Amino acid sequence: MPDNEKGNGTDKTSTRRAFLKSSGLTIGGLVVGGTIGTFLGRGEPETGVKTEQAEPTPVQNPNEALMFFYPDEYQKTMAAAERIFPADDLGPGAKELNVAIYIDHQLASQWGVNARDYRLGPWYNPEPTQGSQIKLLRKDLFRLGLKELDNYSNKNYQKDFVALEASEQDEILVAFEQGEAGSLSGVSSSEFFKLLRTLTMEGVYADPMYGGNNQMNGWAMRKYPGTRMNYVKEIESTEFIELEPQSLRNHMGH
Amino acid sequence: MTTKLPKVPVVVVGMGWAGSIISAELTKAGIKVVGLERGKERKMSDYLMVHDELRFQHREELMQDLSKETITHRNNKKIRALPMRHYGTFIVGDGLGGAGSHWNGQTYRFLPYDFEIKTLTEKRYGAGKIKPEIPLQDWGITYDEIEPYYDTFEKMAGISGETVELYGERSNPYPTGPMLKTPVLEEFEKATKKLGYKPYIMPSANLSENYTNPDGISRAACQYCAYCENFGCEYGAKADPVVTVIPVAKETGNLDLRTHANVTRIVNDGTKATGVIYVNTFTGEEFEQPAEVVVVTSYVFNNARLLLNSNLGKPYNPDTGEGVIGKNYCYQVSSGYSTLYYDDKEWNLYAGAGALGIEIPEYTGDNFDHSDLNFLHGAGIRTTQYGNRPIATNHAPVGTPSWGAEFKKQSIKYANSVLQVKSQGASLPHRNNYLDLDPTYKDAYGMPLLRMTYDYTEQDKQLVKYISKVTRKIAEEMGPDHIDTVGEQAAFNVNVDTNTHNTGGVIMGADPETSAVNSYLQMWDADNVFVIGASAFPHNSCFNPTATLSALAYRASEGIERYLKGGGSLV
Ligand SMILES: Cc1cc2nc3c(=O)[nH]c(=O)nc-3n(C[C@H](O)[C@H](O)[C@H](O)COP(=O)(O)OP(=O)(O)OC[C@H]3O[C@@H](n4cnc5c(N)ncnc54)[C@H](O)[C@@H]3O)c2cc1C
Ligand code: SF4
Repeated sequence: MPDNEKGNGTDKTSTRRAFLKSSGLTIGGLVVGGTIGTFLGRGEPETGVKTEQAEPTPVQNPNEALMFFYPDEYQKTMAAAERIFPADDLGPGAKELNVAIYIDHQLASQWGVNARDYRLGPWYNPEPTQGSQIKLLRKDLFRLGLKELDNYSNKNYQKDFVALEASEQDEILVAFEQGEAGSLSGVSSSEFFKLLRTLTMEGVYADPMYGGNNQMNGWAMRKYPGTRMNYVKEIESTEFIELEPQSLRNHMGH
Repeated sequence: MTTKLPKVPVVVVGMGWAGSIISAELTKAGIKVVGLERGKERKMSDYLMVHDELRFQHREELMQDLSKETITHRNNKKIRALPMRHYGTFIVGDGLGGAGSHWNGQTYRFLPYDFEIKTLTEKRYGAGKIKPEIPLQDWGITYDEIEPYYDTFEKMAGISGETVELYGERSNPYPTGPMLKTPVLEEFEKATKKLGYKPYIMPSANLSENYTNPDGISRAACQYCAYCENFGCEYGAKADPVVTVIPVAKETGNLDLRTHANVTRIVNDGTKATGVIYVNTFTGEEFEQPAEVVVVTSYVFNNARLLLNSNLGKPYNPDTGEGVIGKNYCYQVSSGYSTLYYDDKEWNLYAGAGALGIEIPEYTGDNFDHSDLNFLHGAGIRTTQYGNRPIATNHAPVGTPSWGAEFKKQSIKYANSVLQVKSQGASLPHRNNYLDLDPTYKDAYGMPLLRMTYDYTEQDKQLVKYISKVTRKIAEEMGPDHIDTVGEQAAFNVNVDTNTHNTGGVIMGADPETSAVNSYLQMWDADNVFVIGASAFPHNSCFNPTATLSALAYRASEGIERYLKGGGSLV
């Protein structure tokens, strides 16, 4: 049975468990895949029955804290990301979606130190078709870029980046995008811009467990249902079916 | 210090589709096999948290760890090759099941034309049609000879599809019916039928219905969950070695599977191999595994690299055209396409499957007249519905800035209102496109990296230009409010292009002078070494490669069994 539309009260996790029980992978009658059962140990009770609960009082999100940025860097990242993905009548922008929290967490992660990139030398300047050859780690490139945002805005606008009007901030970001701001330890400012743009889009749309996409509002804005287990009904429907977003947290019951 | 292990009949290097099929077939026949895999062990329950676009698609969790090894690339011989430091273009499989865990499952056969491309092209258009810089070759096997092995693979994997008149004859229909024809696919169907084409539903390894294969493996039907390509299937609906052939091989008790075992060299004397050297990737300890037969199934890149690093076979020399290892590296061209924007239509584009699509056969292979065209072969022209994920899919009409208020507005407006008519074009070899060892860069174990010298050719550019016009015509018939068409093939860019179909480097054929392996994928130069994968393709067709390389793996396993009994060359 497919998952259903908005909040009809069925327990999605038990539906999926039932599905898997009836159609698990078998070899000669033995279940080999072993997807059934509690692998993550934090599931709903085995019965899959959810008891009605009163509206919980809002709790603070412990994720909203910094593990990499210093406070001024966080402010600057918030301001810059908001220009990439601004609030408008469609919905929240990067700031409200906690994109800067997302970026902070990513730069603190193994991705921030390029752990899965090829890092052996020698390092040469590439032809445009050879991909970037940047020795700076992502976390350092981002940090230098933030610093240059202020250098550049003080030089050209006599103010820090966060104190500027949105239109002035846009002009600065265009200069960065085109590589016209100062170099970042030899790396073009356009590389910082690329990183900022990529991280912003990820922070808007990645699963909320990473710190951005606050309340799944990034998804809701574009009517994206998040991570549901199946779309057997929706796939054939000629009508657009809008579903309330669900995040990976919903998959923890298995 | 290297620890020498007891000798075994067969050692397999790499446990993707090719290595797993070989392992299943040989162990079922009672032969002991050691399977060495550089990556991690995998089981279906590992896919439970897989609906995570960031982790699996953008951080490439299931792919080869580039900090350990990568390739270097240059567009031509005049420039210095540099390492691909992070992904952007093709992504490379790793771990049990290899790329078979995170593939889309689009499972085509190649055309009869492909296997005899040189002979058939010259017959129809004359000897002058093939330009001298294009070393086009017959494969040393015909469609009729490979057909039974396609059939075996399709039955094992439960491929869903419908018979297509213009393609090679089938001994059996697909084991399961075609995938659902969704409203999105119907848009393409209506338009192409009106234009006189015969669209068909793409053959798929995402099961259209519950299926039990000849090995007794039962798998559930696809749930159209939309986290398919780049992701593993938590339902086992997508055919993956981990849920098909590997459990069968394990059941026999004849498979000794060792993960985190990275093979660095094939021990040999130039005419015979005696085993392989591998490193435990956790401890750095080195082992020698002696074997009667060495089966190299480590994907296109490492198939060529292992041979070159082991001094096995004659390296290709682009200046003389002599030698074979590294020759005829090919890719695919997909830069001819149209994007369709609708102002007041919405589809459930968040839903989909990796091999959910519809295509027309009329522009594939030699199914259209090339007399007045300055390219050969063709492309599949198609609309797919994989499920649009929000980080990756943010279409906005050409001219929209790539960030800021207008970008946000347009990309959200069209999030559920954009379709594409795409193409996947064949790639023919060029004398100057090849693989060899990089003189400078090394992997984490000190072995030279593979160097790719590759750029798109005039043939590719002409093909893309021609095919893009067809995508435009179909797009117009589909009647959106706005169409953007791309029809120029830019230079190959190692961080931009996105196609995962690398082929060649250890090609098959009937002549030891121009090919590295025979039609059983047995090396001409060392008859106890079998090199299996799309590395064997002398050119790349306009279809996804896996059914063809898997069919060749079934044939090779027959060859290996015969070799173990009688020895010598199999042809
Ligand atoms: C995202 C994606 C989507 C795709 N979609 C499709 C599709 O729809 N249809 C299609 O036909 N094809 C598709 N492909 C391609 C398809 O996945 C491959 O053609 C196929 O899986 C290759 O199988 P293989 O066994 O040759 O290699 P692989 O699956 O790459 O297996 C090789 C194995 O060898 C291991 N290995 C490598 N080097 C060593 C070493 N030195 N020592 C030990 N082990 C080693 C690797 O870790 C790996 O597990 C897709 C690929 C990707 C990445
Ligand atoms: S789309 Fe289908 S085959 Fe692919 S992962 Fe989801 S359920 Fe599995």
